[in-house]
Amino acid sequence: MDSLRESATFDRTTIAAIQRAARTGVYDIRGGGAKRAVPHFDDLVFLGASMSRYPLEGYRESCGTDVVLGGRHASSPLHLDIPVTIAGMSFGALSGPAKEAIGRGASEAGTSTTTGDGGMTDEERGHSSHLVYQYLPSRYGMNPDHLRAADAIEIVLGQGAKPGGGGMLLGQKITDRVAGMRTLPPGIDQRSACRHPDWTGPDDLAIKIGELREITDWTKPIYVKVGASRPFYDVQLAVKAGADVVVVDGMQGGTAATQDVFIEHVGIPTLAALPEAVRALQEMGVHREVQLIVSGGVRGGADLAKCLALGADAVAIGTAALIALGDNDPGLDAEYRALGSAAGYYDDWQDGRDPAGITTQDPALAARLDPIEGGRRLANFLRVMTMEAQTIARACGKAHVQHLEPEDLAALTIEAAAMARIPLAGTNWIPGVSF
Amino acid sequence: MGTVIDLSVTSVRSLNADLHALPAGATDSIRVLRPDGRHSLAAGLDRPVTVEIDGHAGYYCAGMNQLATVSVHGNVGVGVAENMMSGRVHVHGDASQSAGATAHGGLLVIDGNASARCGISMKGADIVVGGDAGHMSAFMAQAGRLVICGDAGDALGDSIYEARIYVRGSVASLGADCVQKEMSPSHLAELSLLLAAAGRAEDPSEFRRYGSARTLYHFHSDNAY
Repeated sequence: MDSLRESATFDRTTIAAIQRAARTGVYDIRGGGAKRAVPHFDDLVFLGASMSRYPLEGYRESCGTDVVLGGRHASSPLHLDIPVTIAGMSFGALSGPAKEAIGRGASEAGTSTTTGDGGMTDEERGHSSHLVYQYLPSRYGMNPDHLRAADAIEIVLGQGAKPGGGGMLLGQKITDRVAGMRTLPPGIDQRSACRHPDWTGPDDLAIKIGELREITDWTKPIYVKVGASRPFYDVQLAVKAGADVVVVDGMQGGTAATQDVFIEHVGIPTLAALPEAVRALQEMGVHREVQLIVSGGVRGGADLAKCLALGADAVAIGTAALIALGDNDPGLDAEYRALGSAAGYYDDWQDGRDPAGITTQDPALAARLDPIEGGRRLANFLRVMTMEAQTIARACGKAHVQHLEPEDLAALTIEAAAMARIPLAGTNWIPGVSF
Repeated sequence: MGTVIDLSVTSVRSLNADLHALPAGATDSIRVLRPDGRHSLAAGLDRPVTVEIDGHAGYYCAGMNQLATVSVHGNVGVGVAENMMSGRVHVHGDASQSAGATAHGGLLVIDGNASARCGISMKGADIVVGGDAGHMSAFMAQAGRLVICGDAGDALGDSIYEARIYVRGSVASLGADCVQKEMSPSHLAELSLLLAAAGRAEDPSEFRRYGSARTLYHFHSDNAY
């Protein structure tokens, strides 16, 4: 075997993809985000305190974590205890117990969760202390009573996994309840529109935001979420249209069901999008006045701290939250293998047979997830993320995680240095900025 | 004699705030003067009030309406009665794009013409257009009825689900998966009721019916390893 040489161009994954396409005649649909290696937060490190920086005492001296979102125009902005929010994931894509668990976990940790395509469920509202209501192109389940019952509104223009794409929920997950919420026949493959039905372009979006503010009497913060493709311009246009908060989702951000080719080849990495979004806000003089939430491959406290240091106000997690609930649990490995996958690899979130009971509408599978236990695990994970970020912030001498700044960072690769506009470690060189 | 609000001296914010503050079950009548194309007029109403708007309205007039009866004695901009849940909205002039978009219930009547994407993604409402409707009308329409007494533009009913379309005049072209369907006695009866509700005098027998061929309902794709 040592004499065999795998092709870098036609590696085993590529060969398997060609063989699968030749065998089935259909393209691959899966869940999750981009799997390919792209420049990411691992390519940054914190410098920590030194002779010229004064650290805070680990876990004893105060290091704040709270954040206020949406105070630009809304009379009732969100006050969150931690700068980690839960990204929009629909009931339909996720089971009822999974949505309840997310609500429980987020509420216990003092943060917000978000609806998704298909509308708001009573369970979700009931278990979420802070609930963001997504306003999507499909408007499935869109109800003005829910708009008024929400704590914030997120106008979704795109997702990092598929900027420019709509959504899909395959028929095996369209139960009677899901179909009823979306006004569709049960069992059909459901397409979610990629364009909003009643506005086109940023000037119209400003009027649309005005309507949503009128309907909710200017109380609710209004977020605008974009998939990362042209973040500088998208962020500026969202701000101009009146957004209180802008959400930028990079290509590692997950999806419930999208073509693999879309996930892997459309959009830009989160690390590349975040500095552009910050630059857009700074150029308009609204950095910190309009809050920035970043998502797409955020996995723990180090990623959180790096996002904050680069200028984000908060992050959103989706895939990491599902893993915290029990997705890809090694204890389910035999069941994953029976589905042609394995623990650590499972991404068939689209097909409704999730043995963890998370990405399914099968009542028997969904019943496997205890929402109380799931909520506890998620709350634990959120607390650990926050404590990890505090640990780093204290080491950098910051009394609040929001005080982290680009100066606290160094880049390990030229690509990361160029994208994040952070000097390559051991140098003062930022490719494209300094020489 | 109901309340009269003159938008040359009162803001849209004040108008909507007053309408939202009415007690549940209120049946007040409000007349709005000099709208002058302002946006979001009477948006988000959820009381069985009557609102008469004397003049042209901008975008999203009567947006997300619940229970209220709103009449516009003029033309309306984009998205009149978008996502309406119930009640009645009557435009006595023409309507711009996306009239009745995603509306779940209630009746939208447009005496004049409707521009592109009328009834886009409608989810159960009824829409009656006295004149012509523009291209891509009833795009991805899920449920409800769209009646076009004049002509329909290109790509009518593209990607339609279970909504039903009735057209009296010509159809420039049908969109993907939209086909002409048989007009049964029950459909004629349904159409008669819709026309009567809209105050129209057209003969239902002059209309043709369109709906989904349902060939796009299944994506024919999975991870069939």
